[in-house]
Amino acid sequence: MKLFKFLLSFILTVGVFYILDTKIGSAPPIGKFLSPSQGVWQNESDESIDGKIQIEGLKDEVIVHYDEQLIPHVFAQNDADLYRAQGYITAKHRLWQMEFQTHASAGRLSEIIGEKALNYDRAQRRKGMGYGAEVLLKKWNQNTNVKNLLSAYTNGVNNYINSLNQSELPLEYKLLDYKPEPWTLKKSALLLMYMTDMLCGGETDFEYTNALREFGKDRFDMLYPDFYDFDEPVIPTDTDWSFIDVEMTKTPQSELPLDSITSVLEKPNPHNGSNNWAVGPSKSYSGNPILANDPHLGLNLPSIWYVMQLATPEHNSMGATLPGALGIISGFNNHISWGETNATRDVKDWYKIEFKDKSRKQYKHDNNWKNTSVRVEKIKIKDKETYIDSVIYTHHGPVSYDQAFKGNGKKEGYAMKWIGHMAKANSYIFLDLNKGKNYDDYLNAIKNWVAPAQNFVFASTTGDIALWIQGQFPNKWRGQGKFLLDGSNPDHDWQSFIPQKFNAHTKNPERGFVSSSNQHPTDSLYPFYVFNDGYDAYRNRVINDFFRSKEKFNIKDFKDLQNTNFNKKASELLPYMFDNMDVSTLSDEENEILSSIKTWDFNSDIDKVAPSIWDSWWNNLYDLIWDEFETKDVVLEKPFTYQAISMLKNYPNDEFMDILKTPEKETSHDLFLIAFKKTAKELIDWKSENGDYNWQAYKGTYVGHLLQAIPAFSRFDLPIGGDKNTVNAAAKNWGPSWRMIVEMTTPPTALGIYPGGQSGNPGSKYYDNFIDDWAVGNYHSLNFLQNESQTDNVIATQTLTPKQ
Amino acid sequence: MSKNIINFIGTIIIAAILSQFFPWWTIMVASFATGLFINLKKAAVFFVPFLAILIFWIVYSYILSSSNDFILAKKIAVLFPLNGNVTLLMLFTGIIGGIAGGIAGVFGKQCSVLLATKN
Repeated sequence: MKLFKFLLSFILTVGVFYILDTKIGSAPPIGKFLSPSQGVWQNESDESIDGKIQIEGLKDEVIVHYDEQLIPHVFAQNDADLYRAQGYITAKHRLWQMEFQTHASAGRLSEIIGEKALNYDRAQRRKGMGYGAEVLLKKWNQNTNVKNLLSAYTNGVNNYINSLNQSELPLEYKLLDYKPEPWTLKKSALLLMYMTDMLCGGETDFEYTNALREFGKDRFDMLYPDFYDFDEPVIPTDTDWSFIDVEMTKTPQSELPLDSITSVLEKPNPHNGSNNWAVGPSKSYSGNPILANDPHLGLNLPSIWYVMQLATPEHNSMGATLPGALGIISGFNNHISWGETNATRDVKDWYKIEFKDKSRKQYKHDNNWKNTSVRVEKIKIKDKETYIDSVIYTHHGPVSYDQAFKGNGKKEGYAMKWIGHMAKANSYIFLDLNKGKNYDDYLNAIKNWVAPAQNFVFASTTGDIALWIQGQFPNKWRGQGKFLLDGSNPDHDWQSFIPQKFNAHTKNPERGFVSSSNQHPTDSLYPFYVFNDGYDAYRNRVINDFFRSKEKFNIKDFKDLQNTNFNKKASELLPYMFDNMDVSTLSDEENEILSSIKTWDFNSDIDKVAPSIWDSWWNNLYDLIWDEFETKDVVLEKPFTYQAISMLKNYPNDEFMDILKTPEKETSHDLFLIAFKKTAKELIDWKSENGDYNWQAYKGTYVGHLLQAIPAFSRFDLPIGGDKNTVNAAAKNWGPSWRMIVEMTTPPTALGIYPGGQSGNPGSKYYDNFIDDWAVGNYHSLNFLQNESQTDNVIATQTLTPKQ
Repeated sequence: MSKNIINFIGTIIIAAILSQFFPWWTIMVASFATGLFINLKKAAVFFVPFLAILIFWIVYSYILSSSNDFILAKKIAVLFPLNGNVTLLMLFTGIIGGIAGGIAGVFGKQCSVLLATKN
């Protein structure tokens, strides 16, 4: 009996220990997690931002002043110490996010969250994310200066990781029950790949090929024109291109393959974009250039941005950094300021590959059989066996689609050619940009930038403004890469690149301002082949009309413009709809809804109901026009919004207006009514379920934690207006991820804010403390300290000292 | 002083000391040790270490959390979900620790019984 009781209590003890120490399903190991000495209660803490910390490998002392926004102002004696400190401080506040993003980039999420991430991971591997990172890493290793500074950053991150014990791990590690691994240069490369994929990983080659086959060339050109019927490109239309004296690539006589596959890799959000602009002395209220930047990205916590000041005796800059990358990405120093918007261009093409036989060891190219290579992707899965995916590579790039992945035959596949696999590393752009003193320095800094291509806006204290569209762009023949290409025909290979000096740019244009918002880079006179990559058609006109509307602009004008909710898209269609819709059959309730949108001033403000009506009406209408697209069982991309609106107004009787499943023949005017009735019903239902459908409630903007927006760590129903087509491009979970305005006084005066907070710890008051101000359009002034002994508004100082 | 009180206080002290240096499960070691050396009777065998660890974890979590305005506790109480109720979260924390401690206490007692018989 005693033995039995002993054994029973022993088994119970072991059992209780096991259950409380083991992650079960999505629940954390509950004893470990709730233990006050080791678990989540230890993350319930304020930041430790003072005192002295010894750090191995530092050469000199580094002073870190924190201001009341928890922005670190880092003063080092040399570059190696500066970037080591950047790595250390960033990891201190954002370690989990840094590692998670690079795991996501590499296709390693299954290791952390299990089998449900396997499809995602496979897609990342099939895109060649790891391959691209290794290409970049190889280039970095060839450049001693770049390599040394990247290594300093890496070591700084590891200094922090090594200082952690279980109780000090960021919360998410405890929740998912794993530990950080050492940071490496490759992880920094993977972060860059993550951004590259996000910003230039999109294309529509299969969709366009299908549309071409299904609808014919004339219809295709009408739905997806290379240019819209107005000109408001990034580079002003009066730019003289006569300096471009290189030959254009000739279009070969050849056939395009008209294949189709039923599903394609998930695309990055096509609305990832941004605004930036600068006014020169002639248009500035003070005579100092003023520059603004607001990148539009997914709204996440911890935020993609982390604000820092990085200074040595030689240079001193401040602005937004990307955790995992060196230097200031969007910011300013004492001489210049810079910012980016995405310069999307077709830099990813697909080639049909014909294999010699089922072994796929050789493929046809230039009438020869060439050898393939294989990259074995081992995907570790938590609590499961490792999944092995063999990806075949050709000289084009990875054969992403084949019989094992979304493809259709054993002897064919589709290979990706992507600028993201073609890194160069002659320099590290942000290191040089941060040190820049003038226009020439800026140009030298950015000129080796390959991808993702960006519209780099520039302003200097000496009165220059400029904008270069910088990236490495293939010099394509007319039509190349718009559709699926023939991988066996060498004429279909990328022939050359556009020489950097011929990239479109403008310096001190006569109109006195430069601007970009992901619209067409140039007008049709630019000699190189550029087609419509889904370019913005609304923000660009609002921004440029604003800068043409008066003589001088001040900081308040800049704030107002970044926060404008004027919905140009709605303003271009709604009046036509009101005039042409038959309202005789509307019920009282429907009439009421119609009258509330008829009085709308086209501002998508939070307290109005009209933007909600418009949003629903437009979505219903757009789906009705393109119902033909739903009936095809191939992947298709619905036409551009601007083009759809133009057809509704100019071709009301077009075949596409007909709804296939009704016997009647509809016109666009009929669609207005059908869509409106649907909307009225939706909104009435919405109201009975959720209450008033004002724009704030209906849109429901939220900033979600990186782990599938866990509600406990996310912020919902934010009071921010606008939609994806307004300058204040705040959509449901995506929008202005960093707003910056810099006036080039001496020293520069800057404002900045982002939807998040400096700390990545949900237990910190600095986790989400910027969100409320961001939502309502407030800014925080950036405390640009001139030297380490200046301590205005500094709340604490931490000294990093070399380990004795 | 009764054995119950000695065991109770002893468990808390040992658990508190071990927790500073070793993983969370040292609360089980503490309860095991007191159960082994300070003999309790009947239900007290489980409930004294249960209460000791429950109180220890509740007080410890309260001290950590109150100094930070319960910012994280409120969020974790949404995560679990306990409707954002911090008190419930602390009670839950205490009960989890208590169960671990209580069971280990019972095991300690059974060990001592077995050892006593052998001797």
